[in-house]
Amino acid sequence: MPSAEIETPTPELMLAFYRRLYPFKSIFKWLNHEHTPSRLFTHREISFTLQNDVYLRYHSFTTADEFKKQTCTLNPTRFEIGPVYTARPRDKKTVRPGAFTPVQRELVFDIDMTDYDGIRTCCSGADICKRCWGFIGAAVRVLDSAIRQQFGYKHLLWVYSGRRGIHLWISDREAMALTDDQRRSLVNFLTVIQGGKEMHKKVNVRPIIKGSSADLPPSIRQALDQLVQPFEDLILLDQDCFRREEGWKELLQLIPDSKIVEKLERKWTDDRSSDDKWADLKDEIKASYPSKATRAPMTHAIEDIVLQYTYPRIDAEVSKHRNHLLKAPFCVHPKTGRICVPIDPEAIDEFDPELVPTVGQLLRELDAAAPETTGEEHSDRERTSLKPYVEMLEKHALGLMSVVRRDRIANDMTW
Amino acid sequence: MQKSSRRQEEEVQVHSDLKYSHRLSLYDRPPTEDITLEEFETCAIDRLYVLSEIESCYARNRPFDELKKITKSQCEKHVPLDHNSAITKARDDQRRKDITGHFVLRLAFCRSEELRRRFVKAETTLFRIRYLDASERERRDFCKSGDFDWTQVDESEKSMYAPQLKAAVPDADAKEQYFKVKWTSVPDLVEKRRVFLKDGWAYVPSREQSSIVFQEFQTRLEKALQMTAKALPRMDEDTRLEPILANLSQGFIAGMGSEWGTSENTGEGIRAEMVDELAHKHFPMCMRNLHDNLKRDHHLKHFGRLQYGLFLKVLGLSIEEALAFWRRSFSGYTDDQFNKQYKYNIRHSYGLEGRRANYPAKSCQQILMNDQPGASDSHGCPYRHFSPNNLQTALLSMYSPQGLTEADLPEIMNMVRAEAYHVACTRVYEITHATQNVRKGDGIGSGETITHPNQYARASMALEHAAADGVKVEADGDIVMS
Ligand SMILES: [Zn+2]
Repeated sequence: MPSAEIETPTPELMLAFYRRLYPFKSIFKWLNHEHTPSRLFTHREISFTLQNDVYLRYHSFTTADEFKKQTCTLNPTRFEIGPVYTARPRDKKTVRPGAFTPVQRELVFDIDMTDYDGIRTCCSGADICKRCWGFIGAAVRVLDSAIRQQFGYKHLLWVYSGRRGIHLWISDREAMALTDDQRRSLVNFLTVIQGGKEMHKKVNVRPIIKGSSADLPPSIRQALDQLVQPFEDLILLDQDCFRREEGWKELLQLIPDSKIVEKLERKWTDDRSSDDKWADLKDEIKASYPSKATRAPMTHAIEDIVLQYTYPRIDAEVSKHRNHLLKAPFCVHPKTGRICVPIDPEAIDEFDPELVPTVGQLLRELDAAAPETTGEEHSDRERTSLKPYVEMLEKHALGLMSVVRRDRIANDMTW
Repeated sequence: MQKSSRRQEEEVQVHSDLKYSHRLSLYDRPPTEDITLEEFETCAIDRLYVLSEIESCYARNRPFDELKKITKSQCEKHVPLDHNSAITKARDDQRRKDITGHFVLRLAFCRSEELRRRFVKAETTLFRIRYLDASERERRDFCKSGDFDWTQVDESEKSMYAPQLKAAVPDADAKEQYFKVKWTSVPDLVEKRRVFLKDGWAYVPSREQSSIVFQEFQTRLEKALQMTAKALPRMDEDTRLEPILANLSQGFIAGMGSEWGTSENTGEGIRAEMVDELAHKHFPMCMRNLHDNLKRDHHLKHFGRLQYGLFLKVLGLSIEEALAFWRRSFSGYTDDQFNKQYKYNIRHSYGLEGRRANYPAKSCQQILMNDQPGASDSHGCPYRHFSPNNLQTALLSMYSPQGLTEADLPEIMNMVRAEAYHVACTRVYEITHATQNVRKGDGIGSGETITHPNQYARASMALEHAAADGVKVEADGDIVMS
């Protein structure tokens, strides 16, 4: 149930937002990792989408102030952040073509609710509600821990995409420097759901040893452990995915034993709940394969089903290339008016996309607090519900800056 | 035999005339001797023969074993490298030539990202073939000399992660030794999930050590080329070298033999409105599926547009006709939306925008291996990416007008199960062209199997033309006038 009416942001609203609320300084610190402008900021591509949908690429700035000034002049509907190049993007035309290549970039991920359209029953397409946000919640928990524990990255920023998805920005030095090939490897390592819409079984990640499928690789085993509960809560109870015929037929496609499938097809003519059907399936397997030794293929099938319905569906293309542009945090989604706010992964389940402030709401809050103000970005923001989100980004940026400071001190000592 | 070769190897250490003690090189030091301009050029050209042949093997999707055989024979001809057991002055010259040629080509190929990428791929392949060909001892010596950044995993750590190691490398036994390296130095093993990952470290079983070596070779070469590129503007001032270097990079580009580039159109003058009929009569299943999806949804996602668009280009659709075709197909979009979101991409694939590259159409290999379709995509190869049930339904609905029946399905599905997707596609071609005297085993002529969607369409259209012209295409591909 949408809580606020959809208000398409007008150019006037946008301009006031950039002037009074957008946290340019915090964004600068987050991209730059220190107070003094470095190449991480000055050689960074920013691209703007203007009100008439004209797309301006290869802008770059020397300071946060200049960044703010230009944004207010152009008054875009949104802007995107690209890679750090070998030269300043705004000088692109004047440098040798070979001397202008992307060298660094946050490792980014994009998860979009539309990739769950085959599964979720509450909404479809552009719609999203608190209920289907559960899929995003499960995805965030799996990816967040996989990236921290397996790849050892620590500086992860999760950002609501403003409508029906979530972005992840990873700013660790090593992650920033990954080549496109390394990015591709990392993303493929994390990708489990594969096969086009015509493929029923989308999980095929088991090594084949002597002709039969072996146990899951350790990384996916760990994800599975995290997904058993969401599968029950989300797939069986909330979304009730297997109640409708369409849903349970799809489930039976994934059972590699035709006798069990036939039995269940006969049994499931009544309107049984997903929970009951899942129990039926497990009972049938136990009855048909009384010894644990022979049950392995069926256990594998069950595990693969849990993964297929709940494992994160990553838009891989976004992550594979350093020069992919991604909408900046705190931009306004042009359709919903909602702010792309950071999200604490620890509190992902409490997050409700419908309660995220819209640009109109923020400006009304500002007017209600004090009709006329100094127009100073920071003090204005303090009086709106944007405040906690900006604090989250600030805290995250401080973490990055302390790493740079620590490295610098360490270098001084060795010298 | 063994004894004598061992004695010889030991002798190498004291043989002061010979400078190059290792057969394999990471090329971390350029040759320091003076060099004539002629030697500069011949070393490079000889090496270029080998690298071009490696590239063309990739373009032809040759299996690795074949590539290895071809490369080894090219090496013997142009850049021979004797094993350590041969201690001769000639051996040292060979190694000097190997290193010189490599460094000259670095100068020639560092100038653009595209050239660098291709050079790295070919050189890494060459290195890999030589490494696999090396003796155990040569490898060991090389690994010792290479200053690689790996540490052996001790027993206590091994037992701590025993279950994870077992799951990551299920066919390893308890004695397996592991090396710990940064995951970024073994991305290929990470991608295939063949290593256990913890805090950014990959636990690599010792038999995969060669993976680390290959990756290290590639990474170091990539970095070195970047450095060379930065230093090059100063080198350009040597006017004697410039024409030679330019020539070398030209040679590499020309040596690349892509059979299905942009120039070889199958049919001239295909118009937008003819595509629908052609699709039903002549297209392989992957393209037919994209065509049907496009007609139904009035839209295709990015990789679908790319796969289908390049295919149509090579089929003979001019840029004007292509724009007309796509505009008409995307009927739900306003002119404005179409122009903004899609027109640039179409013009780009014709080499009219951006880098102005002439993109070839995707081969079966590329369609099978690259850009795996996501959950809502329709590109890819139906034989591989459809579930068995959907594949059979689709086969019947697409090809029953051309004579495919349910009785043909078991044979096709057996091929699919054996992952012989090309063979399944070729079999469907034979079945659907049976009325034109194509018999089982004929393939698209002389028993040739399909390796490219445009090959399928061209063969099918040629059969039709031949029939219309009153000529008969014999099974061996010869055309006979009747
Ligand atoms: Zn919903």
